Amino acid sequence: MNPALSKALRRLAVAVFWLMVWQLAAAAVGKELLLPGLEAVLKKLIALASTGAFWRTLARTILRVLTGILSAVVLGVLTGLLTHKSRLARELLSPVMTLLKSTPVASFIILALVWLGRDAVPVFIAGLMVLPVVWANTAAGLAGIDPQLLELASVYRFPRMKTFRRIVWPSVLPHLRAALRSALGLGWKAGIAAEVLTVPPYSIGKSIYEAKLYLETTELFAWTAAVVLLSFLIERVILRLVDGIGRKERAHAES
Amino acid sequence: MLNLKEISVRFGEKQVLDKCSLRLEKGERVALTGPSGCGKTTLARVALSLHNPDSGTVSCGFARIAAVFQEPRLLPWLTAAENVNLVLSDSARTVEEARAWLERLELGDSSTLYPSELSGGMQQRVSIARALAPGPELLVMDEPFKAMDEALRDRVLRVTADALGDAALLLITHNEREAYALGCRVLRYRDGCFV
Repeated sequence: MNPALSKALRRLAVAVFWLMVWQLAAAAVGKELLLPGLEAVLKKLIALASTGAFWRTLARTILRVLTGILSAVVLGVLTGLLTHKSRLARELLSPVMTLLKSTPVASFIILALVWLGRDAVPVFIAGLMVLPVVWANTAAGLAGIDPQLLELASVYRFPRMKTFRRIVWPSVLPHLRAALRSALGLGWKAGIAAEVLTVPPYSIGKSIYEAKLYLETTELFAWTAAVVLLSFLIERVILRLVDGIGRKERAHAES
Repeated sequence: MLNLKEISVRFGEKQVLDKCSLRLEKGERVALTGPSGCGKTTLARVALSLHNPDSGTVSCGFARIAAVFQEPRLLPWLTAAENVNLVLSDSARTVEEARAWLERLELGDSSTLYPSELSGGMQQRVSIARALAPGPELLVMDEPFKAMDEALRDRVLRVTADALGDAALLLITHNEREAYALGCRVLRYRDGCFV
């Protein structure tokens, strides 16, 4: 059998297994309020998806979280470059990044709610979670550039831009991809958590909060399923884009 | 013209170069020989401005400089042809020229391969093609032929000698035969310098 098809079938079998476990557990509990079944959740999801508000909610949440993540990626790469070039910047920023990584996200959400408007908090929080990961990986990528290749660029007098495009960027790209892989999920979850606590209008977090408030467990599961699906799709799309930019660089840098 | 004047380099307790001077005019070919660790590579690195000497001055009037290092130093994410083209226009305009250089170094069939798909000797020939392609005014070669068998080395030496034209050459080698094949004046290590 084609290895790709075999792998896909195995993954499908695993998914079916866990969905069956869920269905059996729901049947055993027998109360939709505590654990709704697969069918009820799917019906609710389809019902939600047939309303314009559902799509508007998804779009606004995606916009908030992606704005935060992409801003953090840009800032993370820039601070990575800065701390690579300047020892002072490294000494100043390293403890800040460590602090960002080790402080509970809830503390930042509450603080951000005091400082910022409720619409901006999920953007800020998603970015805050992603920033240290992108920074650390960019810094590691820059530190790992082969100094012999930089000497080569110096001997052949490559212009700065050419050195960046041909040597620095391909060296950093695999690290950036690894950062995105772990940071996307992190940013997405933190952004939704911030929405739950700040309940901005048209947000998945607000919908989850209200479902919990009115004990609409099936709706809570339906929104959670939407979040998981979205997270999966967005990660796929963004990593595919990064792959497109640096396929060749990654393949041969890692070989 | 390359003018290295009274260059001294010390690594810890070891005085590697001691007021060593070397002058290289256009078209002049010089080979440095001597035991391992005597400072041949260090002097080449000083000439390429990759190492600051403890004392002495370096002045270089050559505009186009190329180097073949002991390691091939190919960009792993570029093919053999792209690695050579990197020092030409780095655009589609000169890809054929890059391929022609690989052809001359018997790598015509390997131009689309990546460094990881080439043997050490093949990688070194790509690095020689890359050094010769832009028509350098100064070429510094640090033991460039060591990963090749004798027959291949002789053919690569001929290509190199033909391509040099009036370029100045600074060759580091353990093999004086290579130096003579490239028409070099041989300087041997003695007391911290090459004479």
